[in-house]
Amino acid sequence: MGVEVLTGFLYSLVVYNIPLLYGTVGEIFNEKTGSLNLGVEGTMAVGSLFGYLVGCWCNSLLLGILAAMVFAGLCGLLFAFFTVTLQANQNVTGLTITTLGLGIYYFVGHGVNKNLGWPSMQAAANVAAGWKAQPIPLLSDIPIIGKAFFSHNIFVYLGVLIAVLSWWYMKYTKAGLRMRAVGENPAAADSCGVNINRYKYAHILLGSAIMGIGGYYMALNISGEYLASTGWINGYGWIAVALVIFAKWNPARALLGTFVFGIFKTLEVYNDSIVAAFPKAFGWLNAIPLKVYTALPFIITAVVLFAGSVRKKSKSNQPAAVGVNYYREDR
Amino acid sequence: MAVDFAVELKNISKTFGSAAANKNISLSLKQGEILALLGENGSGKTTLMNILAGIYQPDSGSIYVNGEKAVITSPKDAKRLGIGMVHQHFKLVDVFSAADNVWLGRENRSYGFRERYKAEVSGKKGIGKFGAAASVIFHAAGFFVSERLLKKSRYREIEEISRSFGFEMDPKKKVYHMAVSEKQTLEIVKVLYYGAKVIILDEPTAVLTVQETEKLFGVLRQMRAEGHSIIIITHKLHEVMAVSDRVAVLRKGEYVGTVETASTNEQKLTELMVGHKITLNIERPFVEKKKPLLEIRGLTIENDEGACAIDDVSFYIRGGEILGVAGIAGCGQKELCEAIAGLRKIKSGEIVHKGENIVGLAPKKIIEKGIAMSFIPEDRLGMGLAPSLSITDNMLLKNYRDDNRFSPFVNRRRGRADARTIISELDIVTPSTETPVRLLSGGNVQKVLVGREIETGPNVIVTAYPVRGLDIHSSYAIYDILNRQKVSGVGILFVGEDLDVMLALCDKIMVLCHGRVMGIVHAAKTTKEELGLMMTGALNLVRSDEKRTGIAKDTNIKEQPS
Repeated sequence: MGVEVLTGFLYSLVVYNIPLLYGTVGEIFNEKTGSLNLGVEGTMAVGSLFGYLVGCWCNSLLLGILAAMVFAGLCGLLFAFFTVTLQANQNVTGLTITTLGLGIYYFVGHGVNKNLGWPSMQAAANVAAGWKAQPIPLLSDIPIIGKAFFSHNIFVYLGVLIAVLSWWYMKYTKAGLRMRAVGENPAAADSCGVNINRYKYAHILLGSAIMGIGGYYMALNISGEYLASTGWINGYGWIAVALVIFAKWNPARALLGTFVFGIFKTLEVYNDSIVAAFPKAFGWLNAIPLKVYTALPFIITAVVLFAGSVRKKSKSNQPAAVGVNYYREDR
Repeated sequence: MAVDFAVELKNISKTFGSAAANKNISLSLKQGEILALLGENGSGKTTLMNILAGIYQPDSGSIYVNGEKAVITSPKDAKRLGIGMVHQHFKLVDVFSAADNVWLGRENRSYGFRERYKAEVSGKKGIGKFGAAASVIFHAAGFFVSERLLKKSRYREIEEISRSFGFEMDPKKKVYHMAVSEKQTLEIVKVLYYGAKVIILDEPTAVLTVQETEKLFGVLRQMRAEGHSIIIITHKLHEVMAVSDRVAVLRKGEYVGTVETASTNEQKLTELMVGHKITLNIERPFVEKKKPLLEIRGLTIENDEGACAIDDVSFYIRGGEILGVAGIAGCGQKELCEAIAGLRKIKSGEIVHKGENIVGLAPKKIIEKGIAMSFIPEDRLGMGLAPSLSITDNMLLKNYRDDNRFSPFVNRRRGRADARTIISELDIVTPSTETPVRLLSGGNVQKVLVGREIETGPNVIVTAYPVRGLDIHSSYAIYDILNRQKVSGVGILFVGEDLDVMLALCDKIMVLCHGRVMGIVHAAKTTKEELGLMMTGALNLVRSDEKRTGIAKDTNIKEQPS
């Protein structure tokens, strides 16, 4: 009983964390090139909706992922066009993307629900055939850990792969070196002949597309009827923004950071079974109202964002030019 | 056939908004010479060089490199044409190592397909043409990937290359750990590594000590000998005379002329630069010694990052005395000024004003005691004045309280009168008292700031970089103002940059190095070389046991109540 609960707890920890990982890694790509993109929430919402609709209509998981990436990427393109080409304020533009993205989510979602008909549960289930767990041979046979970490759907593996590859790209390639330079000191990179705008556009687009996959994952995970009241993303985008600070702008650390954050989300669901399995040790968990678990990630998000903004600068890894637009002829 | 000129600029014009920075400038740089570009601040030197380096686009005019017309629309173009610039504010990524800063702009090498193919065919027997081609493609793919990766070998490569240029450099050292001179060396290595034949240096000596400057000039002469053409921007005349072959002079955005260094002197250059005759002597009026007005004892202050900015510093200022503070930029000068004005918390120590400890008093109370502080930051408008407000409003910012304490209204009439007073006393050029301060020229802005501090009738003036970025004329006006205050018995703390000026103007000079006092010397009895050694920490007069002449003995203020 206890072992099963522990396995289940760890398993759903992974399940709930992966969308945060996509969002966080996507945002790291943005911030590493000097763009504080606050549009994560909206970008993920757009990715979730279009990924879900296209995936169901075409009955293809792959097309769903592509659609999520393309439409989330379009949000990134909008952000890049405004902040890089037109030099608009990044905070304002990012918030606009969030507002716009959520607006599109409700507008299109409502319209499809009313006029075209929301995809049936069966359609979603068909797509999610590609959703079922793909145990990794050998590793998945390890007791407890095997079931918890190595027996997941492909989104989980893909997310981990993207995070590790991103870390490698930023640390060990020349393009990674240049993208970091753009986020640290664009004037220095420019004087070395790096094309600032190209690097910014490319990484904003790439980051937004990664966020889109995270959104699609959430849509498939929750699935079901059109959720007009809350939406699928439900604040996860904002947690991702905070996680970037928590992860110190390192995609590999983001893997760890998402787990710490996701514990509370998982507790919300697993609270009862834990208490049932370990009444003595964890009986007190029941005394805490469920809503507290729901609220905790957001409270921690607020605290991290606040602490991150007052922390003394030299100790954080924040890219020095994040949030600042680069205009060569500035004096 | 070799071309005479490495670079020719023809009829270059550039305006920012309505202000013309460059008006129809034509300038040429010979192959293998050091050309000094001389001019007062605001004369357009940096703008012109930024055009050559691809940072700015000229409105009109053309550029010829090695006799061929060149279009430079970005720093990348300039790099390709072999033009490299070491900017005044270094363009380095602080969190990167030295090697990575250089590596950043390294172009990927192209793969020599043909040579490789020939080598394959001749080298390995029996693989045939097809086999050779396949082998070449296989190797090329590997090469393509490996060129795009960061490998540990880059550290060794950069170290070797900088050594081949004659520099010793730790390739793994992060830029934020580097001293200013190391950063400059790195910038020069970077420019050379990118294959620049024309090298521009924008005020390279502004942040260097005398010894470091000598070393840099040695490097420049070496580069000239190796065939590089160099443009050096400066407004220090003795440096122009020491290092350059020719001097080009700009004045107010216009080209005045080019002269051979050998056939000119400092006085003539000044006249070219300013446009009229000017005396180059700063007065140091003699004032009877008075009792100390402000005494600092064992002061320790932390900077914004929590590191020690001022470390156990003690000194005093007498009435009728100018105490200069010399030091490389960022050695705690700012923190010291802010602490005296009550704007920054101190960690330990005492600040005694006329026998009374003023630590912990509100800035307002400190102003009322007669301590005035003016700090001119690098951007000149950041501290002390509100740029969008008029002169009148800026005057009122500091003395609106003096009227009726209980009145909710400010007395604009009096503010305007104060504004008129400083305008006429300090020759401030402005359309009216109601003109926003940011529309005035730099010199006039600084006069407003210094003037306002004097208007409050202080007995101690703390002034940091009051002539920063000012032309000779305005600088002398400021020195005059300070000297008049000194004669009237005010004690002045003068944080400065230019050692020549400090040697002439100050009575005593305190040298800071990393927040520690290296010594307090009488200006008349010291030399620039001695100050330079103290600024780098190579000479510490405080630690050495033997008593040297010129060290002021600390006085105990309690024995001399005022």
